[in-house]
Amino acid sequence: MTTTQEMTLRTEPFVVNFGPVHPSTHGVYRMRATLDGEVILDIEPVFGYLHRGIEKLAEERTYTGFIPLTDRLDYLASMSNNLGYCIAVEKLAGIKVPERAEHIRVIMAELQRIASHSIAVGAFVNDCGAYFTPFLYLFREREKVLDLFDMVCGQRLTYNYMRIGGVSQDIPPEFLPALEKYVNHMTPFLNEFEFFLKQNEILLARAKGVGILPNQAAIDCGISGPVARASGVNWDLRKADPYSIYNRFEFDIPTGEAGDCYDRYRVRVEEMKQSLRIIGQAMKNIPDGPVRADVPHIIRAPRGEAYGHIEAPKGELGFYLVSDDSIAPYRCHIRPCSLINLTALREMVRGWKVADLIIIFGSIDITMGEVDR
Amino acid sequence: MTVALPAGEIAGKLETKFPGCFEEGGKDNLLVKADSLLDVAAFLKDQPDLKFDYLNYVTAVDYYAYFEIVYQLTSLEHNRSIVFRTRAYGRDNPTMPSVTGLWRGADFQEREIFDLFGVAFTGHPNLKRIFLWEGFQGHPLRKDWNG
Repeated sequence: MTTTQEMTLRTEPFVVNFGPVHPSTHGVYRMRATLDGEVILDIEPVFGYLHRGIEKLAEERTYTGFIPLTDRLDYLASMSNNLGYCIAVEKLAGIKVPERAEHIRVIMAELQRIASHSIAVGAFVNDCGAYFTPFLYLFREREKVLDLFDMVCGQRLTYNYMRIGGVSQDIPPEFLPALEKYVNHMTPFLNEFEFFLKQNEILLARAKGVGILPNQAAIDCGISGPVARASGVNWDLRKADPYSIYNRFEFDIPTGEAGDCYDRYRVRVEEMKQSLRIIGQAMKNIPDGPVRADVPHIIRAPRGEAYGHIEAPKGELGFYLVSDDSIAPYRCHIRPCSLINLTALREMVRGWKVADLIIIFGSIDITMGEVDR
Repeated sequence: MTVALPAGEIAGKLETKFPGCFEEGGKDNLLVKADSLLDVAAFLKDQPDLKFDYLNYVTAVDYYAYFEIVYQLTSLEHNRSIVFRTRAYGRDNPTMPSVTGLWRGADFQEREIFDLFGVAFTGHPNLKRIFLWEGFQGHPLRKDWNG
């Protein structure tokens, strides 16, 4: 005979391991989650599965020779990595970039933002349950950006396009017409995409109010990029500390209020629209001229240090370089926005359920190549 | 444009507030003594006219004689930045107070320095290797490390 007393369920916390090979972790990320039933009590992130010692490798390469390795940091935004590194070296060595190259760089960086956000948004709504349909529409549009990159440098993922003092080669004559076609096509596409998802019951139910990151916590944890802006931190390095020629363009910085998953999604879609605005202005004003400053093949930077940072698609990407007057950096530290943006994940997921953990993690948008380096 | 706060402007203020907080000759590049680090850092963060509330990065450089720990802060409100540094001496067991109590963003970054340089941060809530596995011998970003 069993009594009702004996029938009640006895629960105790138990540990579930997510990753490192798990589709929801978008790479080789691993979390040890402590659960009470379905509710998350705590998580512990485990890193290092993609650690290649890129900062150490930089010390054994010339300044130019390190550029291909930056492609392998955030491999969904290689152009931005190239740009961030080149800006840091140019700051260290005092190199001025020609006008035409600056315009090309801005166009590439903003196209890259669109490509990166396409994956971020696509994967996020995929996690929410809109299984693969919106994701593949965005993937199709990202493909067109990759075609444009292919046109300028022959690569689709690891571009190695930018050089210290400019870019490796001029854009081909057919590039600007193709770019214009792309911009004209992408603006209505984004509006349509947004229209379909804005009122989507499932997306709203799963993302609104979920995984809130308060404004103050975002600043404390050093969060940057769309994640911080979704929490109301009005901070974008393109406006706050303009690098390259960003001070010449008109664009807005979209911010959120609630700091939930839905705001992070919305900020990214808005940013893609703003990127199109910037590209439109840059391609209209692109001047003729050289695309690379007159710098030697092997650069010897004067003794000193420099920190160059850019607003990469995922946040503040910075390179801290120390030179000892040789042909290779004495130290090259990479400020990884993906890693630092994960600092707040623990407090964002506590108390939510396992299914929400996947969404909250997805809404931060990280690339393991940059987390582990 | 983020304006870098000149060292000369802030060094005098810090010297009066915390006498002897700088290493010898360290006023020009804000080289703070390790035992004054937390006082100086808290001052930079909390003073309303400074308000350096955002930690851009913390990293280390190995100069053989010492490890230099570099901090860059930004005040989002005043749009100003500052770089200050401190030194951890010794190669066997260098230590440094942790700033995670002031900027939580230092959490993973200090673990990274511990992992790759072997500088231990006292007061860090969860100080263990971050990228390499437990039991790994040595610290690869040290200049004398031989893989």
